[in-house]
Amino acid sequence: MKSLDVDIAVIGAGSAGLGAAIEAKKQGMDVLILERNDELGGITLQCIHNGFGLKIFKEDLTGPEYIQRFINEAKELKIPYKLDTMVIEITEDKEIYAVNKKEGLLKIKAKAIILSMGCREKTRGAINIPGFRPAGIYTAGQAQRFVNIEGYIPGKTYVILGSGDIGMIMARRLTWLGCEVKAVVEIKSYVSGLIRNQVQCLEDYNIPLILNHTITKIHGKDRVEGITISSVDQNWDQIVGSDEYIECDSILLSVGLVPENELTTKAGAELSNNGGPIVDDNLETIMDGIFACGNVLQVHDLVDNVSEEAKRAGKNAAIYVKERYGKDQIKKDHIKIIPGINVGYVKPDYVNFSNLENLLHFHLRVKEPDRDVIIVIKEVNKIVYQRVRSFVIPSEMIEVRTKFKPEVISPNCRELKIEVLPVSLLEVLDEVG
Amino acid sequence: MDYDVIIIGGGVTGCCIARTLSRYDLKICLLEKEADIASGTTKGNSGVVHAGYAADRKYKKREFCIRGNKLFDQAHKELNFPFKRTGTLVVALEERQIKDLVYIRNYGTEDGVPGLEIIIDKNRIKQMEPQLTDKVIAVLHAPSGGIISPYEFTFALAENANMNGVEFFREHEIIGINKIVAGFEVETKLKKFTSRIVINAAGLYSAEISRMAGVDTFEIYPRRGEYILFDKSSIHLNKVLFPMPTRLSKGILVSPTIHGHVFIGPNADNILDIEDVSTTTRGLKEIISGGLKLVPNLPLNAAIRNFAGLRAVSNTMDFIIEATEMVGFVNVAGILSPGLTAIFAIAEEVVRILVEDLGEELKGKENYNPYRPKPEHLSDFTKMKLNQKIKENPAWGRIICRCETIPEAEIVDSIRRPVGATTIDGVKFRCRAGMGRCQGGFCMPRVMEILSRELNIPYDEVTKRGKGSHYLVNKVLCIELTEDSKESEEVAEK
Amino acid sequence: MSESSKKDKKVIRCIVCPTGCEITAENVDGEVKIIGFGCKRGEEYAKEELFEPKRIVTATMRVEDGFLSIIPVRTEKPIPKESVFEIIKELSSIKVKAPIKVGDILVENIHNLEVNVIASRDMPTF
Repeated sequence: MKSLDVDIAVIGAGSAGLGAAIEAKKQGMDVLILERNDELGGITLQCIHNGFGLKIFKEDLTGPEYIQRFINEAKELKIPYKLDTMVIEITEDKEIYAVNKKEGLLKIKAKAIILSMGCREKTRGAINIPGFRPAGIYTAGQAQRFVNIEGYIPGKTYVILGSGDIGMIMARRLTWLGCEVKAVVEIKSYVSGLIRNQVQCLEDYNIPLILNHTITKIHGKDRVEGITISSVDQNWDQIVGSDEYIECDSILLSVGLVPENELTTKAGAELSNNGGPIVDDNLETIMDGIFACGNVLQVHDLVDNVSEEAKRAGKNAAIYVKERYGKDQIKKDHIKIIPGINVGYVKPDYVNFSNLENLLHFHLRVKEPDRDVIIVIKEVNKIVYQRVRSFVIPSEMIEVRTKFKPEVISPNCRELKIEVLPVSLLEVLDEVG
Repeated sequence: MDYDVIIIGGGVTGCCIARTLSRYDLKICLLEKEADIASGTTKGNSGVVHAGYAADRKYKKREFCIRGNKLFDQAHKELNFPFKRTGTLVVALEERQIKDLVYIRNYGTEDGVPGLEIIIDKNRIKQMEPQLTDKVIAVLHAPSGGIISPYEFTFALAENANMNGVEFFREHEIIGINKIVAGFEVETKLKKFTSRIVINAAGLYSAEISRMAGVDTFEIYPRRGEYILFDKSSIHLNKVLFPMPTRLSKGILVSPTIHGHVFIGPNADNILDIEDVSTTTRGLKEIISGGLKLVPNLPLNAAIRNFAGLRAVSNTMDFIIEATEMVGFVNVAGILSPGLTAIFAIAEEVVRILVEDLGEELKGKENYNPYRPKPEHLSDFTKMKLNQKIKENPAWGRIICRCETIPEAEIVDSIRRPVGATTIDGVKFRCRAGMGRCQGGFCMPRVMEILSRELNIPYDEVTKRGKGSHYLVNKVLCIELTEDSKESEEVAEK
Repeated sequence: MSESSKKDKKVIRCIVCPTGCEITAENVDGEVKIIGFGCKRGEEYAKEELFEPKRIVTATMRVEDGFLSIIPVRTEKPIPKESVFEIIKELSSIKVKAPIKVGDILVENIHNLEVNVIASRDMPTF
């Protein structure tokens, strides 16, 4: 068995892995990237539409253009990478076992590991659509791969379930290729993806968006022949008698993404309720020296945010190797970050007490859309941060960047709660307080 | 005559009869209408090897089940299919049900079901199955009950039958059976076959096939059962859990699968359409509510798949295994639960019919080999072994299915094996590529590429499960494909 | 009074960035009033959307001798919305030869729109 020693092993060479590897390399680390696909770049390669890079490069790039810049930079920095290489195990001692055709089984001993395996799409079963199980049902990303990488078109007439971004973008892409998208069906009362995708992908081409509906039956024994949709009530229960049949030969599922964390849990790291590993503000999991960034940690809306997060992970992993690796681990002085009212989840899950005065990045998603809200961070009942927003929606990740002055947070603070409250409610609280 | 025996139907019944008869000096073929064997009732099956206490004493299926259960150990040694005697529990949630458990136990023990025991000690029950509801009053433990993968079991039977000379013809739907001198002419959509004996194991279609041969003695009705499968990491179960049985069915069970998933189901829905394997909102709700009664912690948000299977219910309510008035035409029909458990006993019965009723002098085959090698799985390898395997064959080092860690070598093996896979589902059911939580989201294009290469067919002609189930439309819309598919084959080879 | 004056009002949701501002563009007797934009680019977008809506087109083209059989491409600049379909059809029928570098001009001045079509990624030879 071939053995290797590296400072930092990066698992996955998508936007997160490349970003983290580049930063770690710039910090002087000996880095190795392990990628299961046959080229660097990850899923961004198949996102051939534009809208990437506005934040980081101040340019409107396509997915491949965006990721090409990172690929080029990684190559210029001569960061070693292994393609077609699948990590099958990570041990708690940060030994990585991976396989590829040429080298067989590899054992890589790393001082630090950065997890950047991305996410996968939820499938039909995960949402339990009744009906037959014919060919012609694809996740939106699977169809995207067929069309944008392999050059095959899966079908001619489509219904898209779920109004996630990939689904809407595929609706436009397929329309452009001469296919007919009959409808985008969304069980919620609002769109799951970004508004601009609703405008430029659906409204531009008069593709009907049917809210408060779901697919209640798939027809066709061998290949999809059609679907039945039904309207749903507030509890997402089917309203009897509201069935409508739509003929189509393909169904795309755009019903959400979940972080892909099988390796993470094998390595001993625990996950939180969003499906990503529990991390502190260094993006370090509960396992010393194992870091996570990108969609494996939390599903992002924008690749720019992934790159930004990846950079922090790369930097923090390098600091770990330089300052903490091989030394006795001091017990961490952690403040737990608790998701409160209308917060679905928040990352990080912990903040190191000693980092409170540094710039902290919190990312959260609300549970329900709301208008005129205030985002607050509270220590018990004392508000230590607040910011007003006119509009929040679960599909848009909220970023909070802040530093805490030493006097703001008490030295025995153990928990901070983050909440998204209606402004009106806060005023009431103020009066009471 | 082309053959001594034609078996119609490549489900577990037909394949087990094929394998059992393959030890004798007979020329045998099996005809299956679908693109793969194990495609009908066999696929949508609970995969439980029953202890045998459940069926009514007036039916022969009870006796066959108890006998069949005992035959599994030897078969397991020979055929290397995934099988485990986990033990099963019938769960009583009310005091008054204890007397029913006593009744089941007493008759079961009398009829030879081993080890039946009623347990009322809650601690012991919880130890046996921590997931079981706190409302449990008592359980009937049957240690000889177990779990099996019904389709992998069927593949094992077919592979071994094929090794011993049975020819398999898939995509051969029967369109006529004619009596000829000293035998039958069986016509499929593609070819005509002749044989001295025809064994009808056509499952849901067995009444129709029987009528084609001029034997109109029974009816088959489809009874649908729906299932939900949960992600491996979401819940673990030790035992197969049954509610108290009713006259009609064993109820909605909660069971581990041989590969460590958990499923709930089936309900029992008498339907009209013999091909209607669709799931329904109502049915899925029904099995969820049934499942929650036994295991309140079902991880409903971790469902990865729902599916439905059909049982072939005969109007006799019992197995039909008999020689018919049409000499040489044998019906093996109405094989529903506990048919899977009873299958070796059913095949024994067919041998008896051949000898006693049809006067066949069955001679053993000299070079009969009862052993079917176990397919190699990466998951069974040590690290050193894996390294060695990749050195020998680099395809072991290319992981195709990420969720289940299935390498290219296993996919190629599932295609090249006797009676191997020709479709995406065929690969999936043989080596589990695409069976995991992403349900083929990542690996399907790669599996298609390997099928295209191995079967030497264009990429876009690879199907899910045979004719009509294409994943890619042939019609070119904006991108011309014909040349590209050749290119992708070359890419795959290098 | 409003009968005689020409008044066009359009609510435009901005697609320049993910914020998705709701912009109202009003044409009162030839004078354009734009309100609700969050940035200058949004204001420009709304103006353009009112008079001549344009979009960046992203598509794929066939590749000869490439690592993949198709390559993602884009128009360098937004093109008029009504030309989108014919441009995509045209691009689908052209085959380009690897190796290709990101940014390489693959079609010059497509349909005389004074816009080039460029490669979205590197495409090495196989």
